[in-house]
Amino acid sequence: MPTNKSVSKAPITQFVNCRILRDHKLQREDLWVREGRILDPEKLFFDEEGYADQRVDCEGLIIAPGFIDVQINGGYGIDFSQATSNVRGGVALVAKKILEHGVTSFLPTLVTSPPNIYHKVGTTSTPVLSTCPFQICKPHPPGLALQAGCHLEGPFISLEKKGAHPEQYLRSFQSGGMLDLIETYGTLDNVAMVTLAPELPNSEKVVRELAQRGITVSLGHSVANLSQAEEAVQNGASFITHLFNAMLPFHHRDPGIVGLLTSDQVPQDRTVFYGMIADGIHTNSAALRIAHRAHPTGLVLVTDAITAMGLPPGRHTLGQQVIEIQGLHAYVAGTKTLSGSIATMDMCVRHFKQASGCSVEQALEAASLHPAQLLGITRCKGTLDYGADADLVLLDDAINVRATYIAGQEVWRK
Amino acid sequence: MKLIILNDYDQVGEWAAKYIRNKILRFNPGPDRFFILGLPTGGTPLGCYKKLIEFYKKGEISFKYVKTFNMDEYVGIPRDHPESYHSFMWNNLFKHIDIKSENTHILDGNAANLVEECDSFEEEIKAAGGIDLFVGGIGPDGHIAFNEPGSSLLSRTRVKTLAQDTILANARFFDGDLSKVPTMALTVGVATVMDAREVMILITGVHKAFALYKAIEEGVNHMWTVSAFQQHPQTVFVCDEDATLELRVKTVKYFQVQGAEQHTRPGRKGRWRSCATFNLSVSILHSAHSLPNK
Repeated sequence: MPTNKSVSKAPITQFVNCRILRDHKLQREDLWVREGRILDPEKLFFDEEGYADQRVDCEGLIIAPGFIDVQINGGYGIDFSQATSNVRGGVALVAKKILEHGVTSFLPTLVTSPPNIYHKVGTTSTPVLSTCPFQICKPHPPGLALQAGCHLEGPFISLEKKGAHPEQYLRSFQSGGMLDLIETYGTLDNVAMVTLAPELPNSEKVVRELAQRGITVSLGHSVANLSQAEEAVQNGASFITHLFNAMLPFHHRDPGIVGLLTSDQVPQDRTVFYGMIADGIHTNSAALRIAHRAHPTGLVLVTDAITAMGLPPGRHTLGQQVIEIQGLHAYVAGTKTLSGSIATMDMCVRHFKQASGCSVEQALEAASLHPAQLLGITRCKGTLDYGADADLVLLDDAINVRATYIAGQEVWRK
Repeated sequence: MKLIILNDYDQVGEWAAKYIRNKILRFNPGPDRFFILGLPTGGTPLGCYKKLIEFYKKGEISFKYVKTFNMDEYVGIPRDHPESYHSFMWNNLFKHIDIKSENTHILDGNAANLVEECDSFEEEIKAAGGIDLFVGGIGPDGHIAFNEPGSSLLSRTRVKTLAQDTILANARFFDGDLSKVPTMALTVGVATVMDAREVMILITGVHKAFALYKAIEEGVNHMWTVSAFQQHPQTVFVCDEDATLELRVKTVKYFQVQGAEQHTRPGRKGRWRSCATFNLSVSILHSAHSLPNK
C-alpha cells in the first residue's frame, strides 16, 4: 500500500494486463491513475515509495485515450440545434450515450440557425476548454462525456454549398465581421469552433479575431479556391469541415480547399487538420485513402451524427422530418436521399482502419490525438501521457468498445 | 573461485537468475530477516533480470523481503532520464516484481553533496547488515562497477570520473553523441563489493574475453580491478564460451571438468546436490564437456 504519501493520499489504480497507446505505439505497459489523471509510476516508486491500492485486470485489452468528436449534431432523438424546453437535459443524454462508443469529449454542433436559437442553446453549453496552454482543463460532470464547447457550423457559409442547412438563415459579414458574429451568436464564451466560408467578404478579420481568441476556425460549406483557403489558414484557420463534402471538388488546376492537404503555403509551425466522416457512405473509400495518404497526421475522424444516430432501424419523426433508418443509412422517408450520418465514432474508427489499411495506432489516434491537437488540448486530452486526464476507452483487437472510463472511473462497460 | 562456463548469453542469464533465486529461497527471508542483494546495470544482467521476473510471475520467488543496493549511478542526469540507472532498474526489474521502494537503494547522482551521498550509502549497507550476494559485471577494461583502471583496490563508495573507454562504450545509449554521455558517476568501491559475503560476476561476449583473462589468469592488479576478487573467499564467475576465448585451454578444461564432477558425484561438494533446479547446468556442462562446434 502507498507508504509515505508525500504528494497525495488519494487512492491509486493500476490497470494491468493491457496494451496502452503511447508514443504512437501499442505497448505492453501498466497504466496508473490517481485523482483522475495518468500517474507516472516511476516517480511514484522513487519519490513517494508508493504503489497501487487497486488493480484492474484488463484481460489483454487495448487502452486508448477516449475519443473526441468535434462534429456531432445530436443523437438518440436529440437535435442540438433545436430550442426545446430542456436543452441541457438533451445534451446530457447524448453525452451519456456516446460513452458507449468510446467518446469522452465532444463539441455539440449547431447547424445554421436563426439568432434566437444560438442565444438560447449556446448559453447552456459549458464553457469551452481554453486553448491557452497555461489553463488547467475543466473537470467533467460525473458519468458524462465532456462538452468541450460548441461547434457552430454556419450561418456564415456559402449559398451554393449549403447542403442541408436552411437557406433563409444564411448570413454574410455585412456589418464588417465581428459585429455580425456577436449579433448572430450572442456570446462567444462557449464556442470552441466556427465553420465558415472564407470567400465571404470581410472574412479575413473574422478569422484572425476568432483565432486570436483561441477559437478553432474551420473552412467548410464553401466555394473557396485554393488561394482563398490558404489565406484563411495564414490568418489562423486550422480545420476543414468534412473534407470533400460541401466544397468544390478537387481540380488539378485549382484543388480548392482540398488542396490545403498538400499546400506549401501553410505556416511551418502549423498543421491543417481535416474532418472525415468515415462511415463508408459519405466518402468513397478511395477518396478517403487519397486524403489519408496525402496528409496522414491531419486526419480527424468525425461522426457528423444527426438526431437519428443511436435510434433503432425503422421510421422516426424528428422535428419536421420523417427519417427511415436502414442499417447505416438514414434516408428521408420514402426516398433514397441521405439525410445525414448515423455512424457512431467506434464504427468510424473501424471503417477507417479497414478502408485505409492503416495501423490500429493510427486509427485510434485519428479519433483521439488528432482532434486534441486540433483543439490545442493535448495537455489533458487525447493522450495517455503522464498528467493527462484519465479518459480511457478499452477496446478489443477488432476495435469494439468494451469499457469507457472518465477521470479513471468506469462509466460504461459492455 | 568458481568458473561456470555456459554456451551462450541466454544460458548465463538463466543460470544466474536461478542462482539468485535459490540463494534467496534457501535464506528464507522474513520481515526481520532481509536478503541483501547487490545489483548491476547494463547489457549483461538484462537476461538474468528477465528470468527473475519470469520466476516471480510464476510464483517461484518473492522480493518482499529482499533489499537491493545498486552499484552505481551517473552524476548530473535527471533521475527520470531514460538512461539513468534509476530508470534502468525501474524498467528492467522493479516495476515487474513485488519489491518495495524503500528496500531499494540507488545512489543519487543529483544529491546536493555527492561525498555525503556516498558516505551515507556505505552507512546504509552497514545498517542493513552487509550484502549477502553482490552481482556484478565486468567492463572491457576489467572494471567492476565504475572502478576504472587505476582505482584503489581498497576504495569505498565515491565519485569517479569515467574513463574514455567507458564513455565510448556508453555512447550507444546516448544516440551515439559523445557530448551527451555523463563524465562522472557515483560508484561503490572495490572494497565495498569485496565486503559482500558472496560475489557473482557475469561475463558474456568476446569483447569481455581479454578482461576475463586479465581478471583470473594474471595477478591482482589495480589496472584490472575485477582481479581483486581473486582474494575473495566466495566468488563465482559465470560466463559464456565467447568470453573464455582469451583463457588458456587448460583453465577452461579444468573448470569444465570441475563443474561436471560436482554434478556426477553428489556426495562431494554437496552444496548443489539438493537443488533439482540445477538440472539445466548439468546438461550444459555435459555438452560443454564435449566441446560443441561453434
